[in-house]
Amino acid sequence: MAEPQDPMQDDQPLLVAENVGKNYGRLTACRDVSFALYPGEVLAVVGESGSGKSTLLQLLSAQLAPSAGRVSYRMRDGVLRDLAGLGEAERRFLFRTDWGYVHQDAAQGLRMAVSAGANVGERLMAVGWNHYGRIRDTASSWLERVEIDTARIDDAPRTYSGGMRQRLQIARNLVTEPRLVFMDEPTGGLDVSVQARLLDLMRNLVSELGLAAIVVTHDLAVARLLSHRVMVMKGGLVIETGLTDQVLDDPREPYTQLLVSSILPA
Amino acid sequence: MNAPAYNFAYLDEQTKRMIRRAILKAIAIPGYQVPFASREMPMPYGWGTGGVQVTAAILGPQDVLKVIDQGSDDTTNAISIRKFFGKTAGVATTTSTTDATVIQTRHRIPEAPLHAGQVLVYQVPIPEPLRFLEPRETETRRMHALAEYGLMHVKLYEDIARFGHIATSYAYPVKVNARYVMDPSPTPKFDNPKMDNCPALQLFGAGREKRIYAIPPHTDVVSLDFEDHPFTRYRFNAPCALCGAGDSYLDEIVTDDKGGRMFVCSDTDYCESRRLAGHRGSESAAPHKERAHG
Repeated sequence: MAEPQDPMQDDQPLLVAENVGKNYGRLTACRDVSFALYPGEVLAVVGESGSGKSTLLQLLSAQLAPSAGRVSYRMRDGVLRDLAGLGEAERRFLFRTDWGYVHQDAAQGLRMAVSAGANVGERLMAVGWNHYGRIRDTASSWLERVEIDTARIDDAPRTYSGGMRQRLQIARNLVTEPRLVFMDEPTGGLDVSVQARLLDLMRNLVSELGLAAIVVTHDLAVARLLSHRVMVMKGGLVIETGLTDQVLDDPREPYTQLLVSSILPA
Repeated sequence: MNAPAYNFAYLDEQTKRMIRRAILKAIAIPGYQVPFASREMPMPYGWGTGGVQVTAAILGPQDVLKVIDQGSDDTTNAISIRKFFGKTAGVATTTSTTDATVIQTRHRIPEAPLHAGQVLVYQVPIPEPLRFLEPRETETRRMHALAEYGLMHVKLYEDIARFGHIATSYAYPVKVNARYVMDPSPTPKFDNPKMDNCPALQLFGAGREKRIYAIPPHTDVVSLDFEDHPFTRYRFNAPCALCGAGDSYLDEIVTDDKGGRMFVCSDTDYCESRRLAGHRGSESAAPHKERAHG
């Protein structure tokens, strides 16, 4: 679907984190995180609860200001800019156009009281779309892409099942064709068969649209299925990083070995 | 003791000064909701405490006051507010739209065109147009500040998705001076076009919510809509049964329990002056057929 990316552009990272850290008073949530994310690349951040991965995601998506280090993002005009230096209006604009954010709890990412069509259309209306017919057509084509029956376009998401809500949330985020999507435990709280279907859908969309994504998860299966690279966090530090298959098949750190070996055999 | 029981127009001068400062700021930033220290008034919230405070702050001894409630000069709310200022300010009162210098209104804009020098004061129950879509006040203020108004169209989208047309018929959101989205108080959307480029000053007071906002004279006021679902006025498709007017906003008056109903002008001053000029309606209360949307 998506045009092959310009190779010159692919050389340039989309998001760069340099020694990023966050303290809550004396408590260090995470520190010294550095990496570069390239267009079309999916990075998984894995680790147990309290390892700092959700804080890291909030730092990367400019919802929290880092206590140390900095996060830069390559804007659509090709200029790499420090997120802390963006004005609030620019940051919010980025958030509803060039970025997507998939919450673990779909109720946080959706407007539960308005119809699915309006949920998908909201970002379009926010960037100035003013034609009801076109907004509705776009919304219904996106519902199709995330495998939601278009007959339910006028139903509120509170009448949807958990898996459908999650898929609707993805459609709502992707409608403005963002370049980077943040996902916080996107499959958390869903049962296994629904998880499998959602992961399959996300993998297809990510490769079709050439999206870059940062996926925070404690589920190594999600990391294996979706991501190209994995970062393992423990106690606020990145302890191991590498290609997904390499890290999961041949973990070096004892903690990563423990994580990998704690997966129940299928 | 010779001191008067009340200051002129009830409120003390310091309070009026505070309200006037809020009004000036509101006029300087058309459509922006200016917070003010709303006082308790000798009437319950919802009866026009905001409008009364604005009127009290701008009223001078030479002013001629008209008060309407749903277009009517003779409902309880209109009469008591008119009497209130007649007593506490001693100003002249009138029911004539053209003679008045200050018109306090609930839910209507008079049919007779307003002229320069007049002030229209609206009583506002809920000043925040985004309230029902985004309940967080901190968030709606930020949205106003950054002019993020996509959400307002979500409401109109929902209307069309559910009813096939924009079913919002009152408190229809408008964009003032191409910047702030504003709730024109619960006036019928029939009146929205009258706000646009109006020669009179329009002031809005919300007492319970402690907000004042304004439309200065000759300001652009645009009703929000979609390209393929443009804004339309809504009016019952019938002439006034008393004066025969075909262009005024109508009230439906139920006349018996057998389905008899009469459509009459909601603006009583407009209807009366037309009848004085010799216009007559059918005076029929036979059931009307309502215009269907489509």
